[in-house]
Amino acid sequence: MQFKGRDILSIKDFSKQETMHILKVAKKMVPAAKGKKRNESLRGKVLATIFFEPSTRTRLSFESAMSRLGGRAIGMADPEVSSLKKGETLADTIKMAESYADVTVLRHHHMGAARLAAKFSAKPIINGGDGAGQHPTQTMLDLFTIWTEKGKIEGQKVALVGDLKYGRTAHSLSYALSLFGAKLYFVAPPTLQMPKEVVDDAKVGRVRPKLTSDLKDVIGKVDVLYVTRIQKERFPDPQEYQRVAGLYEVDLGLLEEAKKDMIVMHPLPRVNEIHPSVDGTHHAKYFEQAFNGVPVRMALLALILGAVE
Amino acid sequence: MRELRVTPIKNGTVIDHIPAGMALKVLKILGITDESSDSTVSVAMRVTSKKSTLKDIVKVEDRELLEKEVDKIALVAPSATINIIQNFNVKQKYKVELPEVAKGILKCGNPNCITNLKEPVETEFTVVSKNPVRLRCVYCERELENIVDAIT
Repeated sequence: MQFKGRDILSIKDFSKQETMHILKVAKKMVPAAKGKKRNESLRGKVLATIFFEPSTRTRLSFESAMSRLGGRAIGMADPEVSSLKKGETLADTIKMAESYADVTVLRHHHMGAARLAAKFSAKPIINGGDGAGQHPTQTMLDLFTIWTEKGKIEGQKVALVGDLKYGRTAHSLSYALSLFGAKLYFVAPPTLQMPKEVVDDAKVGRVRPKLTSDLKDVIGKVDVLYVTRIQKERFPDPQEYQRVAGLYEVDLGLLEEAKKDMIVMHPLPRVNEIHPSVDGTHHAKYFEQAFNGVPVRMALLALILGAVE
Repeated sequence: MRELRVTPIKNGTVIDHIPAGMALKVLKILGITDESSDSTVSVAMRVTSKKSTLKDIVKVEDRELLEKEVDKIALVAPSATINIIQNFNVKQKYKVELPEVAKGILKCGNPNCITNLKEPVETEFTVVSKNPVRLRCVYCERELENIVDAIT
């Protein structure tokens, strides 16, 4: 397995063995990610964060990951005043970043932006989300959360709930979970159900995903409930939005029907999908999940910059 | 004796075994519908082939095709053959072949794909399936829905 110098563009670029290796390295990073242990393995290295779209978690956790490894992060303050507004191509922006940093994380509103960036940069590019496309480090931290909470990914029954049509998180995750041999349930209203090509992709594993629109069908069966946001703007009628969103809200009543050790995940930010009263239960793992972004991104940075193998 | 519907050409290219009805798309690919094109072109449509199926034929005089043009023809007419004619003789004959990667000959149909911005990069599609032809954008990873319309 060769990671040094590699780009992180799409989860599909990684084999199951490679992804598992990343998760194992991430596990070793946890004490340093919590600040309980010092790790200076990327001292003197610079990460450029180029975000053309707002982001809280992805950007902060990359900056934290780089700092926890003794490196530095530099970034663009505001894409609105950046060179892009002046008409610079992404290719030129990336060539500039390459000369300032050892690795670049890019978030862009157009699909395929990171792959394009990688063509123009000899130094590694990490895709921090490209529009409705890929967000591989999110997928890896989701896998890491399931793996650390449940002990293994294979055979886990995972329900993906919410806006499965437009949610890129759900697309990449369903592919990866299928590759790892998890059993998938896609729970969404018919208008927001998983696109056909994603369902096809999710058949890479041996188990075919099951599609339903009723959360109650699956709540008693699953080991992991992965909830995503249903966006208001997808509905022309606000009342219809209220009705649909209400059907998929996770609250204490719903959890009474769940397995004792079922975990609830969410890529955050949440709006109304998970009632705050769920936060205090042992099911809630979404804040751990958000923290896991740090060790997973530390592992990726350390691997592609050659600090670990 | 069979009557020749289209007379032989002295020099140029004969594109044979085009699936019936696709000749006009081949003409579009070759830019022959443009006013700037001055090649003499003969087209035969729905001709019975030796295999008793219907086919189209396009004959373009005094012109040899560019590699990219042949790649584009392979997308709309995967069964086509190209005959290069010199002095009424077939100098070279070959079947078009779908490349593994279609580079710089199609526009991505996804408006949110980065290749639709003014970036200095050629589009790239991997051939997911040859029959029927299915292509996936290397950048946005979306499958191309309408191949014929996407040809540049």
